[in-house]
Amino acid sequence: MKAIYILWLRELKKYSRSRVQIIASMGQPLLYLLVLGFGLGPVFEKAGSGNYRQFISPGIMGMTVLFTSVFSGIALLWDRQFGFLKETLVAPVPRIQVMIGRTLGGATVAMIQGTLIVVVCLIVGFRPVSLAMVPLGFVFLGLIAIVFAALGTAIGSSLQDMQGFQLIMNFLVLPIFFLSGALFPLNNLPKALAFVTALDPLSYGVDGLRASLIGVSHFGAITDAVVLCCVAAALLCLGAWRFSKIEI
Amino acid sequence: MEASMIRVENLVRKFGDLTAVNDVSFDVKKGEIFAFLGPNGAGKTTTIKVLTTLLKPTSGRVELNGLNPVSHNNEARKSFGIVFQDPSLDQDLTAWENMELHGVLYRVPGKIRRERTETLMKLFELWEKRDTLVKQFSGGMKRRLEIARGFLHTPKILFLDEPTLGLDPQSRNQLWTHVKHLNETEGVTVFLTTHYMDEADRVAHRIAVIDHGRIVAMGTSQELKQQTKTETLEEAFLALTGTTIREESAGGADQLRQVARMFRR
Repeated sequence: MKAIYILWLRELKKYSRSRVQIIASMGQPLLYLLVLGFGLGPVFEKAGSGNYRQFISPGIMGMTVLFTSVFSGIALLWDRQFGFLKETLVAPVPRIQVMIGRTLGGATVAMIQGTLIVVVCLIVGFRPVSLAMVPLGFVFLGLIAIVFAALGTAIGSSLQDMQGFQLIMNFLVLPIFFLSGALFPLNNLPKALAFVTALDPLSYGVDGLRASLIGVSHFGAITDAVVLCCVAAALLCLGAWRFSKIEI
Repeated sequence: MEASMIRVENLVRKFGDLTAVNDVSFDVKKGEIFAFLGPNGAGKTTTIKVLTTLLKPTSGRVELNGLNPVSHNNEARKSFGIVFQDPSLDQDLTAWENMELHGVLYRVPGKIRRERTETLMKLFELWEKRDTLVKQFSGGMKRRLEIARGFLHTPKILFLDEPTLGLDPQSRNQLWTHVKHLNETEGVTVFLTTHYMDEADRVAHRIAVIDHGRIVAMGTSQELKQQTKTETLEEAFLALTGTTIREESAGGADQLRQVARMFRR
C-alpha cells in the first residue's frame, strides 16, 4: 500500500514542479474553446442547437483529461529511457502495485488539469444548468481519467521508442478525441460515423459530462457510467498485463 | 559445503540473431565477492539483468538465494539490491526524495530509513545537497547518489554493475571500503562487474572472465595470473580476451536518449 502511495505521490510532485508544462497544456483547450466556441457559435445557433460554447465546454474538459492521462501513462517511455523504470521494476513490490500507483497518479494529475479547464470554461461563460449535478460531472471526469490513464500505461508498457509515440498520437489519441462527439452532437450522424463514435469510450465520457453539466445526453447517464466502468476495468487489466511483460 | 547464493546453469539469452549470453554457468557462494570481468558487449550486463528479473532467460536455469527469478520474481527481488551501470534516478525529484522512494519500495522502516539516508548521504558527501533536484547534479554526484541509494537497504546479494564508472578516486575508495565492510560484517554476497582490474584485484574473492557471451576463465586473481603466466590481472585479462576493441551497437535506448536530449526533458 505504501508503495502505491509513494508512486502516486511521485506523479503529483512531478506535476506540481512542471509549471511551464501546466500552463502550456492549457493552450490547446483554450484555442478550441475560444476559436471554435466563438467561431462556430453563430452557425450552431442558427441550426437551432443552442449555445455552442455551452455545448463544447464538456467536450473540452473531456479532451483535457484524455490528453493529460494518456500522456502521463506514456511518460513510462521517458522513465524507461532515463532509467528510473528499472529502479521500480527490480524493487520487491508486485508489479501490479507499481502499475496501480503510476496509473492512479496519472489519473489524479489529469483530474487536476481537468479541474483547471472547468474553471477556465466558467470564466469564458460556461454555466452548468444545475449545481446539484456538478459533483456527478466530476465523477465522470474521474472515470475518463482512469480509463485513459490505464490505456496510457498499456501503451507506454508496449512502446520501445518515440516513433511509436507519434503513431499512437495520430492514429489513436486524436481519433479518440475527434470521434467522441466532443465537438459535434452525436444525433443524426451518418450510420458509419454513428457506429464508430459508439465504439469510442470518450463518447460516453463526454456524454456523461453533458448529461450532468448541461442536461443533454445521447446515450443516457447510466449507460455512460456503466460503459466507462467496464472499459476502465478492462483497460486496467490490459495495462497490468502489459506492464508485467516489460523487459528492459 | 557452503550454500550457493547465485547459481547459473547453461544460461543463454538471445536478442533476435544476437546471442548475448551463450551457455554460461557459475556458482557464487554465500558471503563471496565475485567479479565478472569482460570487454564491452561481452554479456555482463545481460547476465545481471537476467539475475535481477529484468530479462527472462532464453534457456538455462538461474537461482538466486534458492529462488527462480522467473517463476518467483517477487520473492527473488526481496533478496537483492543493485547499483545499475546506467542512470536510474528520477531527475525531477530531489536527492532526498529519491532515497525516500527507494526506502519505501524496499520496506525500510521510517526511522531507520531516515537515519541511514543521513549516514549514507554524509558518507558520500551529498547531505548538503539533499533538497536539490537530481537534474541539477553533476555526473559524479548522480553516481554517488545511485550508490548511496543502493546501500539504503541491506540485501543478501548486492549487484554492482560497473559502479565506479565516472567516480573520482575518493568516492571509489569509499565505495569499495563500504562494500568490503558490508561483506565482512553482514555476510552480504557481492556480484560486481568493472573495467578497473585493480578494483577487482583488491576486493574480489573470485573472478570470472567473460568474452563473446562465454566464460573463458574463472578462479582467484592468483589463479588467473598463473594460468596465463602473467604478472598483473590486467595482463591476464588481455591475454584471455585479446587486444581488439569491441564493437557495440547502439540500442533503441541510446537512440531515444538522443531524441530526448533534443527535447530537453
